[in-house]
Amino acid sequence: MKKDLSWKVGGQQGEGIESTGEILSKTLNRLGFYLYGYRHFSSRIKGGHTNNKIRISTRKVQTVADDLDILLAFDQETIDLNYHELHEKGIIIADTKFKPVKPEDSTVELYPVPFTEIASKLGTSLMKNMVAIGATCAVMDLKIGDFSVVIQEIFGRKGGDMVGKNMEAIQEGYAYMQQSLGEKASALFLAKAENNHKRMFMIGNDAIALGALTAGVRFMPAYPITPASDIMEYLIKKLPRVGGTVIQTEDEIAAVTMAIGTNYAGARSFTASSGPGISLMMEAIGLSGMTETPLVVVDTQRGGPSTGLPTKQEQSDLMAIIYGNHGEIPKVVIAPSTAEEAFYDTIEAFNIADEYQCPVILLSDLQLSLAKQTVETFDFDKVHIRRGKLITSDIEQTEEKDYFKRYEVTEDGISPRVIPGVKGGIHHVTGVEHDETGRPNETAHNRKQQMDKRMRKLSNLTERFPNPITVNVPTKRTNLLLIGFNATRGAIEEAVQRLREEGLNVNHLQIRLIHPFPTAAIKPYIDGADHVLVVESNATGQLANIIKMNVGHVDKIQSMLKYDGDPFQPHYIYDASKELLEHVYINN
Amino acid sequence: MSTSTIKDFRNGVKPNWCPGCGDFSVQAAIQRSAANLNLSPEDLAVISGIGCSGRISGYIRSYGLHGIHGRALPIAQGVKMGNRDLTVVAAGGDGDGFAIGIGHTIHAMRRNMDITYIVMDNQIYGLTKGQTSPRSEDGFITPSTPEGSIEKALSPMEMAITSGASFVAQCFSADIKELTATIEAGIQHKGFSIINVYSPCVTYNKVNTYDWFKENLTKLSDIEGYDASNREMAMNTLMKHNSLVTGVVYQEMKPSYQELVKGYAKRPLAHMNLELQPKLFDELVNEFV
Repeated sequence: MKKDLSWKVGGQQGEGIESTGEILSKTLNRLGFYLYGYRHFSSRIKGGHTNNKIRISTRKVQTVADDLDILLAFDQETIDLNYHELHEKGIIIADTKFKPVKPEDSTVELYPVPFTEIASKLGTSLMKNMVAIGATCAVMDLKIGDFSVVIQEIFGRKGGDMVGKNMEAIQEGYAYMQQSLGEKASALFLAKAENNHKRMFMIGNDAIALGALTAGVRFMPAYPITPASDIMEYLIKKLPRVGGTVIQTEDEIAAVTMAIGTNYAGARSFTASSGPGISLMMEAIGLSGMTETPLVVVDTQRGGPSTGLPTKQEQSDLMAIIYGNHGEIPKVVIAPSTAEEAFYDTIEAFNIADEYQCPVILLSDLQLSLAKQTVETFDFDKVHIRRGKLITSDIEQTEEKDYFKRYEVTEDGISPRVIPGVKGGIHHVTGVEHDETGRPNETAHNRKQQMDKRMRKLSNLTERFPNPITVNVPTKRTNLLLIGFNATRGAIEEAVQRLREEGLNVNHLQIRLIHPFPTAAIKPYIDGADHVLVVESNATGQLANIIKMNVGHVDKIQSMLKYDGDPFQPHYIYDASKELLEHVYINN
Repeated sequence: MSTSTIKDFRNGVKPNWCPGCGDFSVQAAIQRSAANLNLSPEDLAVISGIGCSGRISGYIRSYGLHGIHGRALPIAQGVKMGNRDLTVVAAGGDGDGFAIGIGHTIHAMRRNMDITYIVMDNQIYGLTKGQTSPRSEDGFITPSTPEGSIEKALSPMEMAITSGASFVAQCFSADIKELTATIEAGIQHKGFSIINVYSPCVTYNKVNTYDWFKENLTKLSDIEGYDASNREMAMNTLMKHNSLVTGVVYQEMKPSYQELVKGYAKRPLAHMNLELQPKLFDELVNEFV
C-alpha cells in the first residue's frame, strides 16, 4: 500500500491531458488525499508534448515528487520523454492505438490498454480519457463510485446520458486493467486517506485572485502574460458580483497606470504580470512611490531574460524587482511560498500599500502560481482590511483657499491621504518633487525633508510584518541552514526532513518578506549555522547576494542553483546537502 | 445650491510657462468652463502628463495628478473607474498624447470612457528645448531635425474619428470663447471627448505662430450646413482644409464604457464597502473544494 504515489498523464497539447488530471485530482482531493500537480507545457496552442504530474499523498505535500509510479501515455512521445522518471517498480499504461513500445533499457512494466477502442465502442473516442481514469482506478485500487459526483458536476449540464456514458467508460477501463494487473501493478494500491475534512484544491494564481477579491479589490486593469493571466481571468468572472470589473488594457504600462489612477481615486485596484511586463511598469511603480499612491503589483516570475522560457520555472526577477526603479522609493516585496500564504499575503499586500502609501510587489514564481495544490480552506475570520490614514469624508477647511497638506511631514513618514471628491481636501499630486501641499518644489531643504519623510515610512515594517520568515525548527545552532523563497519551500522541507531522519543537524528558513530585508529575524540563524546553503532557481544566486549584503557572512554562504526551467525536486536538495555535510563532517 | 465662479478654480500658483504661451488660455478656459458648468472644485480631477502642458494640473484649484510622460489617459481612466461621479479631465501636449502615449490615446477613444481629453498642441517639444514633435510639419527645422523633418505630421482629428471617438473637436487657444464653449460641451458629452487645441509655443515654434493660425484656420461654424453628426462630412471637411478647422468636428451619441460594463456599480467604487459578504466568501471557497 502506497502512502505517497505519483502519477503522470502525457500526450499532445489540446488532447484533454489537463481534464484527465483534473477529474482524478478533484476526486482524490475530496477523498482526503493531499495533492500537488505540476504541468509541463510549452508556448504553443495545439500540439506539442504536454504532461500533468500529480503527486497523491496521505500526508501534506507541497512540491513535485522525486520520481514516478504510474505513467499514462496517449502517445509514444510521452513514453520516450518521461519513462526515465519512473522508478524500477513503476509502470506505464498506454493506449494500444499507437502500438506502444517500451524503451529497451527500461525495466518498467508496460500495460497496453485499448483506451481509444473502448471509448469508440461506447460512442466517441473523446472518452478515451475516462477509460484511462478507469485503468488508473484499478491500479490504485480506487472505487469507481467515488468519481460519480465529479463526473456529474462536469457533464451533468451537457444533458442526455453524458454522465452515464462517461461513468461506463471509467467502468470499462477499470475492468480491462484489472484483468491484466500483474504483481507490479498491485503494489501500487493506494492507502486510504485518514482525514477527509474539506480542503481546497487550487493553483497559486487562484489564491492570489481570491485574496485580492477578499481584500476589497474592485477593479483590475491587466495585460495578458503567462503565467499571470489566470489572475485576471478569475476576476473577470467574479468582480461583477461585487460591482467591479476587469479591463484588458492595451499594454502593461496602461494597466499599472490605470491601477494607480483608481487607487488615487480611493478604490482598491491592482495589476499582475511577469518579468517582461514588470519591466515596462517600472517607471509607473516609481510614480506610485513618489506620489505616495498605494499600489499592488503581482509579479509571477518565469524563465528570463527577454522572452526566455515563458512556461518554465525560474526565480530571477528578484534584483530587478527590488532595485529596478530609477531613483529611490520606499517599496515592499512580499514572497509567499504556498497557495495558502499567497492568499493571506495578497490581503496583507493591500493593507500595507494603504497603510504605508507605497508600491507593494507580491512576488510569485511559475511553480507557485501554476502548481495545483491541496490547501486548507481559507479562514474568513483572519481577514482584516486596514486602510491606514485614509480620509473619505469631508473635512473642515482651515482657510478657504488652503491646500490640504497631503505630504505633511510626520514622525512616522506617513501623511493623511484624502481622496478626490472630499470637501476640504484639495491638493496636488505629482511625481515631481513637491512640498507638503503637492506643489512642485526643488529647494534642497524641501527635497531632503520629503525624501527623508518617504524613506522613514518603512522603518518599522520588518517588525510589524506578521511572518517575515518561516523557520522549520526554532533552534539557531545548526550544521547546515537551507534558505529559500517562493515555491522552493516544499522541496527544501522534504529534503530537511530526510536529512534529520538520518540524524543530521539541518534547519530550514524560508524568507517571506524580501524587502525591506528582515535582517534582525534572519541574522541569528545565520550566525548560528556552520554552513548556509541558499536554494534558488536562477544562475547568479540573487537571494544569496541579498543575504550577504544585509547579513554578512560572505564566506559561509553558498548557493544551490537550478535554472533549467524545472522545479527543484527534494532529492536534488537532499543530495547536495548530504554531499556538503559528508565532505565537512565525515571526511574531516 | 452654490454657484461656482472662475475664482474657485484659481490657486494662485504662478505658471512656469513662457509669457505669451498658448497654455495660459487653455488653463483659463478649463477654469471658466468648470465654473460655467457649476462644478465644485472638489468634484473635478485634472490628470496631466509631462512637459510644459503637464504642469496644468498644478495650476487649477481642483483635485489633480501630474503623472508621467504619455500616461495621463490611463491614469485618468483609472480615476474614472474608481469614482464615476468625478468629472475627469485629462490634459497633455502633442508629444505626450501623439508620440509616447499614442497607443493609450487610440485605445481610450475606442474605449469611450466618460472623460475629456485636452491636448495642448504646439507642434514642438518645448520643455526639452525645441525638438520636433509628431505634430511638426515635414520640413520643420529643429535641433533634432537640422535638415528639416522628413516625417509627416500626424492628423489627430482624422485619427480620432477612425478610432471611434464620440466627441472630436479642435480649437485655437487665442479664441478663448470658442475654446471654453467646446470644453463645456466636451465635459457634458457622455463618452470620451478629445479636444485638440492649437496652443502656440512662442519660444521655439517660429512657424506656427498666432498670426499663422489666424490666417490659416477656418471655423466650422462659418461653414454653411456643417453637420457634426455626419461622419463623412467631417472627414471630407478635414481633408479639404488640411485639418486646419476649429469647432466640434464630430459628435456621436453612443453609450459610454461605464454604461456598457456588465455588473459595474452605479455608485463610486471608492465609497463602497470593501468587505465581502461571508456567504459569498464561502461560496467562492467552495468552488475549489
